[in-house]
Amino acid sequence: MRELGILLALVLLITVTAVTNSRFLSSQSVKDLLLGSTILAILAVGQAIVIITRNVDLSVGSILGLSAFATGSLFLAAPAVPIPVALLVGAVLGATCGAVNGGLIAAARVPALVVTLGTLYVFRGLDYTVATGKQINAADMPVGFLRMGTATVLGVPVLTMFAAAIVVAAGFYLRSYRSGRELYAIGSDPDAARLSGIPVGRRVFAAFVTSGALAGLAGVLYAARFGTLDANAGLGSELNVVAAVVVGGVAIFGGSGSVYGAALGAVLLTTIGAALPVLGINPFWQRAAVGALILAAIGLDRALAVRVAIRLKGRKARG
Amino acid sequence: MADRRDVEPSSAAARATWRQVLGSWDVVVILAVVAVVLVGSLAIDGVSSPRFWRFVILEIIPIALIALPMTLIVITGEIDLSVASVLGLTCAFMGQMWFLGVSSLPVLIALCLVLGAVLGAVNGTFISAFGLPSLAVTIGTLALYRGLAYVVLGDRAVANYPVDWTRSAIAPIPGLTIPWVILVVAALAVIFGVVLHATPIGRGLYAMGNNADASSFSGINVARTKFWLYVVCGMVSALAGVFWTLRFASARADNGVGLELSIVAAVLLGGVSIFGGRGSLIGVFAAVVLLGVLRNALQLAYVPANTLTIVTGALLIVSVVGPNVVTIARERWRRRRPTSSVPA
Repeated sequence: MRELGILLALVLLITVTAVTNSRFLSSQSVKDLLLGSTILAILAVGQAIVIITRNVDLSVGSILGLSAFATGSLFLAAPAVPIPVALLVGAVLGATCGAVNGGLIAAARVPALVVTLGTLYVFRGLDYTVATGKQINAADMPVGFLRMGTATVLGVPVLTMFAAAIVVAAGFYLRSYRSGRELYAIGSDPDAARLSGIPVGRRVFAAFVTSGALAGLAGVLYAARFGTLDANAGLGSELNVVAAVVVGGVAIFGGSGSVYGAALGAVLLTTIGAALPVLGINPFWQRAAVGALILAAIGLDRALAVRVAIRLKGRKARG
Repeated sequence: MADRRDVEPSSAAARATWRQVLGSWDVVVILAVVAVVLVGSLAIDGVSSPRFWRFVILEIIPIALIALPMTLIVITGEIDLSVASVLGLTCAFMGQMWFLGVSSLPVLIALCLVLGAVLGAVNGTFISAFGLPSLAVTIGTLALYRGLAYVVLGDRAVANYPVDWTRSAIAPIPGLTIPWVILVVAALAVIFGVVLHATPIGRGLYAMGNNADASSFSGINVARTKFWLYVVCGMVSALAGVFWTLRFASARADNGVGLELSIVAAVLLGGVSIFGGRGSLIGVFAAVVLLGVLRNALQLAYVPANTLTIVTGALLIVSVVGPNVVTIARERWRRRRPTSSVPA
C-alpha cells in the first residue's frame, strides 16, 4: 500500500514536530494546516486523474488564477450571487478551459505537455487581460463568502470537508466504475486500450475537463480563503501540484496510483512547510526538502517496482 | 493492416510534395523571424535601431544558451526542467563566494561551472543510472536546487561586484553595438550544431529518441550518453547563471524563476518533437530569436505584456497542432478514397 507509506511519513513528521513543540497540534494550527493543504489537494486530485491516463496538465495554476479573479469580479458585479452559484461558475469556467486542453489533445493528437504548456501562457495571459491594474480586496466580497473560507464545523474547516468529499468521490469513481478503470488501462498502454475498444480520446478529454473543473473550483476557494486577488493567483503552482501527485505515488507515466495518495501528498508537502519553522529549521530549507522528498518518492517507487519484477520473474521460472 | 502497408508509397510521395510546398519547419520559423523583423521595422518606431537589437540580444542570451543542451536532451526523448534552478543556485553560489572573498573572476566562473556539472551529474545519475523518468526527476531537482539557492543566500542580494566585471558582461564588440557575449553563444551553438548534425554522437541522439532499445542494441551506450548530456546541460545553465549575475549586477536566490518553461517553449516551437527523435538546432535558434524579437517589438509598440503571454502560448500550440491537423485530415481523406491507393 503506497498510501500507507505516505500516511506513515505524515504521522511521523507530525509526531516529531508535536513532540518538539506541542502547540503544533493546537486547534488553530491544525486548522491552518488543513486549510493550507485544501487547495493543493483539490488540484492534486484533478492532476492525478490526468497523470493516471499518461498525460499531464500544466495549465492548472493559470486556470486557478483565472477562476479566482472571475469569482472576485462576479461578486463585484453582483454581490447578491449565492455561493453555490459562484462555485458553479468557477467550475464551469475551469471545465471550459479543460475542454480546450482536452479537445486539442484528443482531437489533434498533440502531446499534453506541449498543449498545456501553451495554455498555461494563454490562460494566464487572459487572466492578466481581465485583471490589468485591478486588485480585488476582501472588502469587495460578501462576508458570507469570506466566512466560508475560514468557517469550521467541529474544528474542521468547511473547505477541507469539501475537498475531502471531492477526494472520496474521485477515488470511488476511479476504483469502482468501468470508465474509471479504463483511465488506468489507457495510462498503462494507450495503444492496447484503443485496440480493446476503450474510447481513449473521449476518456482523456473527460479527464482534462475534470482537471479543469477542479482547478476552477479551487480558484473559487482561493478567492474565499484569501479575499485579496490580483492576476498572480496560483502563479507557478503547476509544478507543486505535479510534485504532490508524484510524492503521492502516482506514476508519472500513468497507469497506477490513486487520488487518495495524491491528496495525502498535498497534505505532506504543506505539512513540511509548516513543520520546518517549528522544528527550528531555517524555513529556507522548505523547498529543498520538498525537492529531496520528490526524488526519494520516485526512487522508492522504482526500487519497489524492480523488486516486484524480480519476484514475478522468479515465480515464472519456478512455475 | 495490409491496407496500410499498401498506402505507404503514395503517402511518402504526398509528404515529399508537402515538404516542397512549405519547406521544413526550420524554414517556416526563419521566415516568421524575417517577417516579424520586416513588419516590425516598418511599423514600429525603434525596431530598426541598434539599441533595440542590443537589448534583444542581451535578453535572449540566457535562453539561447540553455536551449542548446535542452534541444539535445529533448531530441533523446528526455527533458530537463531544473535548468532555471541550476541558474538560480549558480547565481546564489557565485554571490556567496564573492561575499566570502573569492575575488578572481576566472576562479569564480570555474567554481560555478564545476557546480553546474555536479548538479547536472545528480540529474544524470538519477535518470540514467537509476532509470527514473526525467520529467519527475527534474521537477524534483527544480525544487531542490531552487531551495538550496535560498539556503545559500536566503533573501539577501549580493550586488557589490566590481564595475568593470558588470560592464564587461554587457560590453559591445569593439566598433559595433552588439554585445560580445553573443560570440560565446555563437561558438557554443556551432559546437552543439556540429555535434548534433555532423557526428555519430548526434546521430545516436536521434536514434535514442526514436527508439532507445533499438539504439542500445545497435551499440550506443544510451545511459552514459544521457548522463553526460545532463552534465553539459548543468554546466551551460551555470554559465547562463554567471552571465545573469553580472548582467543584472545582482545575485539573488530567485534569479530566473520560471525560465525553464520559456526555454522548453522555445525548443518545442523550434520544431523539436517532445517525444524525441526529431528537430534541429537551427529551428530552435530561430524560435529563440523569434520569441525575443516579437516580445521586445510588441513592447515597443505598447502592446501590453498579457498579449505577449497569450501570443507565446498560442504560437506554441499552433506549432504542434497545425502539422497534426493537416496529417489527420490527410489520413481521413485517404481513407475515404481507398481505391486510389490500392496498387494492383
